[in-house]
Amino acid sequence: MSDSAQYARRTHHFFDADAGPVVRPYAMTRGRTSSATRHRLDLIALVVPEDAADDPGRDQLLSPEHVEIVERCGDTPQSIAELAATLDLPVGVVRVLVGDLVEDALVHVTRPVPPAELPDVSILREVINGLRAL
Amino acid sequence: MVFGRSSRRTPPVEPVTLKILVAGGFGVGKTTLVGAVSEIRPLRTEETLSEAGRPVDDTEGVEQKTTTTVAMDFGRITLREDLVLYLFGTPGQDRFWFLWDELAQGALGAVVLADTRRLEDCFGAIDYFERRAIPFAVAVNCFEGAGRFPAERVRAALDLDSEVPLLMCDARQRESAKEVLVAVVEHALARADRRREHATT
Ligand SMILES: Nc1nc2c(ncn2[C@@H]2O[C@H](COP(=O)(O)OP(=O)(O)OP(=O)(O)O)[C@@H](O)[C@H]2O)c(=O)[nH]1
Ligand SMILES: [Mg+2]
Repeated sequence: MSDSAQYARRTHHFFDADAGPVVRPYAMTRGRTSSATRHRLDLIALVVPEDAADDPGRDQLLSPEHVEIVERCGDTPQSIAELAATLDLPVGVVRVLVGDLVEDALVHVTRPVPPAELPDVSILREVINGLRAL
Repeated sequence: MVFGRSSRRTPPVEPVTLKILVAGGFGVGKTTLVGAVSEIRPLRTEETLSEAGRPVDDTEGVEQKTTTTVAMDFGRITLREDLVLYLFGTPGQDRFWFLWDELAQGALGAVVLADTRRLEDCFGAIDYFERRAIPFAVAVNCFEGAGRFPAERVRAALDLDSEVPLLMCDARQRESAKEVLVAVVEHALARADRRREHATT
């Protein structure tokens, strides 16, 4: 194996641990990816700020991206997918950043209806009515 | 203070979120359909190639590439303040099938777009949703120049269950796209109703 390939293998392993800076955009997660340490946040799970997020001292410990996520979800909670699309970040990066905020109890994440329970008949009817009214 | 939200005392509404997938072959009109009913934005997701059932991409130097970026269509439809429907256009190429599993999980249903000039392009999507018992509707996107076939012939060619809705559509038209989505949800509803009957009898 070439040196560079070996290097790549190794960084790949470091990647999931708390490694030093890796290429952007994972630089803003300090190289962490979401797969290893946290359960995957659903793409349509909503991020809802907690009251603690209002605490003026908090934001100094956070990166600008963290702050932006909290701000964007303040008026209308947004899904992981939406945050990724608006911030133009890969979904994996947003998962890590939101995971940080959850750990710090600054936000919580809604749990989408699990598949087995999904078709709640009354909700489906509301979806149909809502679509027709668009 | 950076957040500047000290005046916010009423917690924001936490809507119920649902998703519908839009699948179909290359160039069949997936992006067009999502864009016709929602504000569409590209969504980037990065997946490690090992998860992606790797060596498909195995070209020189690929060992250094630990992740691959996949772009998807993504739209939001706010049905009510407390009810939000998300649309995901699934990536067309077969090598991104692995992404479907995440998308399909918890999906309320799916649209399979078909083009009568290349019906076989949607076989894979139909198989996928059938196998996972995800309710879906087939929408034939009526491109100019494509022969118009009676719905029954298309149904037969696709070997669709009689309960699966089959519609003709124009993915560029909002009303038409809405109708397709309504068909998916009605199908999901009929199924849920039936399941409930089974459970109570
Ligand atoms: N005439 C006609 N043209 C359509 C219709 N729907 C889409 N098109 C056109 O067909 C082309 C492909 O449509 P897209 O929406 O980009 O297809 P897609 O499935 O997203 O394509 P990929 O993402 O590349 O697989 C575009 O030029 C559209 O304008 C339709 O209903 N009728
Ligand atoms: Mg497209």
